[in-house]
Amino acid sequence: MFYRQAGDFKTTYRDDIQTFPLKQDRWGYYIVLAIAFLVVPFFINDYWTSAVMLPFLIYAIAALGLNILTGYCGQVSLGTGGFLAVGAYGCYKIMTSFPDLNIFVVVLLSGLITAAVGMLFGIPSLRIKGFYLAVATLAAQFFLVWLFNKVPWFYNNSASGQISSPERSMFGYAITGPNADAPVRYLFCLTLLVMLAWVARNLTRGRLGRSWMAIRDMDIAAEIIGVNPLRSKLSAFAVSSFFIGVAGALFFSVYLGAVEVGEAFGINQSFLVLFMIIIGGLGSIFGSFVGAAFLVLVPVLLKNIMVNWLGWPTDIAVHIEFMVIGGLIIVFLIAEPHGLAQLWRLAKDKFLLWPFPH
Amino acid sequence: MSPEILYTAEVILNGLMAGVMYALVALGFVLIFKASGIFNYAQGVMALFAAMTLVGIQNGQVPFSHLINAVFGTQLHHFGWHLPAIVAILLTVVVMIIFAILVERLVLKHLVNQEPIILFMATIGLAYFMEGFGDLMWGSEIKVLDVGLPKGASLALEEYTVGWATEGSQYYGMYVDKLDMVAALVAIALVITLSLFSQYTKTGRALRAVADDHQAALSVGISLRKIWVITWCIAGVVAMVAGVMWGSKSGVQFSLSLIALKALPVLILGGFTSIPGAIIGGLIIGVGEKLFEYSIGPMIGGATENWFAYVLALFFLVFRPQGLFGDKIIERV
Repeated sequence: MFYRQAGDFKTTYRDDIQTFPLKQDRWGYYIVLAIAFLVVPFFINDYWTSAVMLPFLIYAIAALGLNILTGYCGQVSLGTGGFLAVGAYGCYKIMTSFPDLNIFVVVLLSGLITAAVGMLFGIPSLRIKGFYLAVATLAAQFFLVWLFNKVPWFYNNSASGQISSPERSMFGYAITGPNADAPVRYLFCLTLLVMLAWVARNLTRGRLGRSWMAIRDMDIAAEIIGVNPLRSKLSAFAVSSFFIGVAGALFFSVYLGAVEVGEAFGINQSFLVLFMIIIGGLGSIFGSFVGAAFLVLVPVLLKNIMVNWLGWPTDIAVHIEFMVIGGLIIVFLIAEPHGLAQLWRLAKDKFLLWPFPH
Repeated sequence: MSPEILYTAEVILNGLMAGVMYALVALGFVLIFKASGIFNYAQGVMALFAAMTLVGIQNGQVPFSHLINAVFGTQLHHFGWHLPAIVAILLTVVVMIIFAILVERLVLKHLVNQEPIILFMATIGLAYFMEGFGDLMWGSEIKVLDVGLPKGASLALEEYTVGWATEGSQYYGMYVDKLDMVAALVAIALVITLSLFSQYTKTGRALRAVADDHQAALSVGISLRKIWVITWCIAGVVAMVAGVMWGSKSGVQFSLSLIALKALPVLILGGFTSIPGAIIGGLIIGVGEKLFEYSIGPMIGGATENWFAYVLALFFLVFRPQGLFGDKIIERV
């Protein structure tokens, strides 16, 4: 009834290719942005920031990155945890070596470092594919975590082997360190997420994104029609690792403040981000957001229900959480392999016609 | 002989033993992959689950006792019996068979004709589910598994080899765990049984037919679903054997499920479709990582066993993507 494309005329090519062709969608998007930037920071408290909002924003960046690689370019990666660690340790090294550098620049630089590392580990993808490649990316995961554990240079010889982020500020507000306020941290991550999502959206519908999708759909055919597999695969690895590196840097500096590599960036982290894009929807920007939100919220919800409400011990709650997440993965793969994003798409299609059946 | 050579020999020997353990897990992967084209990530968790079930049944633990206690406020823990190992093993086999049937009914049946990578991800989901389920059923604390396998260093071998070193050198003989030797024997027996089974029984032949060509097997009247259940049963039993071996070695705990990850590079080396490949791949990885740790590990900080296998597999893949014994990958448009 109210959600219609009728009467929404496109008079220029620019209008025709915009991200949200429907007026309602566009306004919905602006309203969400406005709420996220102008309303949420005034109501957010410490619990919500550290339990829900920050993990959501940071995992959404990581999921975007992995979705570019796995969803758009079809290269399955289980090395996300390792690349997050590269981002985190890169951020730490830059922060401590150049104390005057703006934190925003530091985060982007750590993304660039991760992009370089990602390209290095992406080289085997030129020869191997499918789960062979997935196993090969495990090498990145285990090797990188070991490297950051064993080489003291990376953690500046600190006795505990941990890295902890010094205080850095922008416009007079502390962003990292113990004095950072919840709304400031939230806004910093949100800004980066919106920027990166915009980049991802425009990359994926441009020439580069199309070459990724061609490789994903059938690499030999893509090669025959003139897509350069070397360039598209390595660029996918680079862009994806850049996103993941930024997420890792934020994860360490803004969210946790102090990390130990084996705990924070283990193999489970890789699976978690992979699950996010499966549940959210492979090859969908929106899906990365929904998947991240879903897998951040479900554990919080389950924990609240079981521990705070029913009073069960925490370990049982953790076990049931594992079962629920594993079960959900299977259910999603069976019922809707394209994830929540596809459900959303179907719902919108239905809504366009409502209340008429055809 | 100088002690250095003997030490190296000892490292190689221990590497071979470790390799047998990896091969045991890899075997389960190969079986399922050949019969259904599914790369079963949950194999390691199956081993963990089987080992937990075995310990739980043997000690008469009440399943889900933690949950029941939490919900009803009871104090249930044990039935108060101790079953002999052989009965517990048989009951565990029954549990694994039920598990195989359930997996086929609830998961695989609905995912027929999906891409391999989707199936792979489904088994990751399955692994997560089983991890939570196993912990919920039997509790997550580290358990001691004892089915009466010998443990500790083999003194006979130590005494036998101590004389090999040159006179006057500080050498105390080779250290080899008895359990590792038993594991090697069990692995050999298992491989022989499996190959006899697949060569000389009707079911075994059907299994090989399905592995060869699904469609052709279907057309001569072999029920795919039945074969899948059987494969998962066998993989479950192999997982149990691996779980028992690893469990007696280092206790039944969460890290047991990580051996699945160790089996992946083994498979890549050996090729996903070859049983001898799994064994030889396991041996190469076992020996390689022990030798690397022994010779180069001390220079770069040690604990290289965590990643060596993957990096080796990575380099190997670049040169031979199908593994040592795998079928050649042919691509068509």
